[in-house]
Amino acid sequence: MKKLIVFLLLVLPQLVLASGGGLKLEHAPVDEHDMASLKRGADLFAAYCAGCHATKYVRYERVAKDLNLSLEYVKEHYMFNTEQVGSTMQTAMPADLAEKWFGTTPPDLTLEANLRGADWLYSYLIGFEEDSNRPWGYNNRVFKDVGMPNVVAGLKSELGEEKFKVAMGDLTNYMAYIADPAKAEREALGAKVIIFLFILLIPAYLLKREYWKDVH
Amino acid sequence: MKQVVDSVMDWVNARLPVTQMYKDHVGDYYAPKNFNFWYYFGSLALFVLINQLVTGIWLTMTYNPTGDGAFDSIEYIMRDVEYGWLLRYLHSTGASAFFLVVYLHMFRGIMYGSYKSPRELVWLFGMGIYGVLMGEAFFGYLLPWGQMSYWGAQVILSLVGAVPIVGDDIALWVRGDYVISGVTLNRFFALHVVALPIVLLGLIVMHLLALHEVGSSNPDGVEIKEKKDSDGVPLDGIPFHPYYTVKDIVGVVVFLIVFCMVVFFFPDGGGVIIEPPNNEPANPLKTPEHIAPVWYFTPYYSVLRAVPNKLGGVIAMGAAIAFLFVLPWLDRSPVKSMRYRGWMSKIALAAFAISFVVLGYLGMQAPTPAKTLAAQIFTVIYFLYFILMPFYTTIESTKPVPDRVTG
Repeated sequence: MKKLIVFLLLVLPQLVLASGGGLKLEHAPVDEHDMASLKRGADLFAAYCAGCHATKYVRYERVAKDLNLSLEYVKEHYMFNTEQVGSTMQTAMPADLAEKWFGTTPPDLTLEANLRGADWLYSYLIGFEEDSNRPWGYNNRVFKDVGMPNVVAGLKSELGEEKFKVAMGDLTNYMAYIADPAKAEREALGAKVIIFLFILLIPAYLLKREYWKDVH
Repeated sequence: MKQVVDSVMDWVNARLPVTQMYKDHVGDYYAPKNFNFWYYFGSLALFVLINQLVTGIWLTMTYNPTGDGAFDSIEYIMRDVEYGWLLRYLHSTGASAFFLVVYLHMFRGIMYGSYKSPRELVWLFGMGIYGVLMGEAFFGYLLPWGQMSYWGAQVILSLVGAVPIVGDDIALWVRGDYVISGVTLNRFFALHVVALPIVLLGLIVMHLLALHEVGSSNPDGVEIKEKKDSDGVPLDGIPFHPYYTVKDIVGVVVFLIVFCMVVFFFPDGGGVIIEPPNNEPANPLKTPEHIAPVWYFTPYYSVLRAVPNKLGGVIAMGAAIAFLFVLPWLDRSPVKSMRYRGWMSKIALAAFAISFVVLGYLGMQAPTPAKTLAAQIFTVIYFLYFILMPFYTTIESTKPVPDRVTG
């Protein structure tokens, strides 16, 4: 009985923990401190994504502030409609027509990097492959039979394989930023808080040691 | 000045014995001097509770408890409210931390037999707190109104439907709708922010009053009240304040270091604290590929899935929690602490702890035939711990318990 229990305790977790493999994803070059990459990503997003996809929790003003861009630059390059700098990023495309054209409404992309993961997003963006069976002539390696056309096909032939990957890395970086815009602020504050706590630990421990001298 | 303070205190004490209450519960409450690492988790649970109450109150100020507005208001808190992200992450990480410290606190009680006579009521109130906490967490998890919130609640509430005859009507009554909807969200919000916190606080007061009536146990399971000096002070006791207050402050700071590392650097806990599907608003027409409850419920979820029959699974899940309530009466050992018990109790406790962790892991995974078999085996081990307890605690030989606490 005892041997059986030991056997079960030792062997079963191994069996259970051995999991199968999935689809291999490319590692996304995400760096929320790389302002140049984030700006290139924001430019690409405005040019290639924002026409169909809203990012309805993101304000133009916030992007300008976080990415060190002037409001004039943001107005000129990212704002195509009549919105104010304090507005959130909506799309001009009517949802009902979009569903008719693509079979599904293009989803809001604010939280896409949190939902799918940055690696998935990057792999998806560089994962379009020619497929004559699909209505738009392309399929995707990580998202089979996706409704979205390969809008970055032109960019890829213009830039070439290597530069295209860098550009999609920048775009992924920007999307990771909009999904978690407080990350840089959060980690900077967190470092200070944890240093403070380590310093606080010293008097807290000394106080405890002083009082506990009487015990025993 | 001192005279003024004294006369004010005399005036108050003549009407409400504040000084005596302070003495009973803090200043002259004698706790055993040999508390070890495991005894930090009670005060830490209280600390995390305060964190949940304070951050919860501030989140309520900008959260919108409607089906149309809930998800948007969470993003508003994360982006537009000053330090809103901090309030939310303190609350979401605090929920997981609460369960972690409560599980360690309960394990301490089981390991050192703290539930044994005369502390059965302490244990029962504690289990009541644990039960309410599970309800609190379940109702709170729906509030972000993401896909996992929605479908997690849908799955758990559908379990009520397994009850014969009245099950579907009860599920309908709890939801207030035929599916989880904005109506359900409204009532879960009311339960989460008003009803259950009141019950929780009441039970915590009872838990502490019952504890202070009989006194704390300790890793040796020795009753310190049996050996007193001429003033009636337990020889192995020290006043809770200042000794354990200054010690627990160290515990709180160490806890905060670990807690803040998660809050500031890994707030989604790798998908365990905030699950990725919850970044998509609740959609009744789209089921996520894999639905799992949050990690602190997964041991019971594994038990549920291990039983092939739905009603049987619900009963097994309920029994897995119910057995914990009756531990004081299943345990027949003449000694409290694991230190002085025989090898059978030690192996049983180790097997129980391992089965709880493994079931917790399995409950997070999508089921496969091998994993289901493993969950069934560990479910059996989990229940055997309780069912066999009256036997192995009776027949095993124990070591002599010292008169006074050691170390």
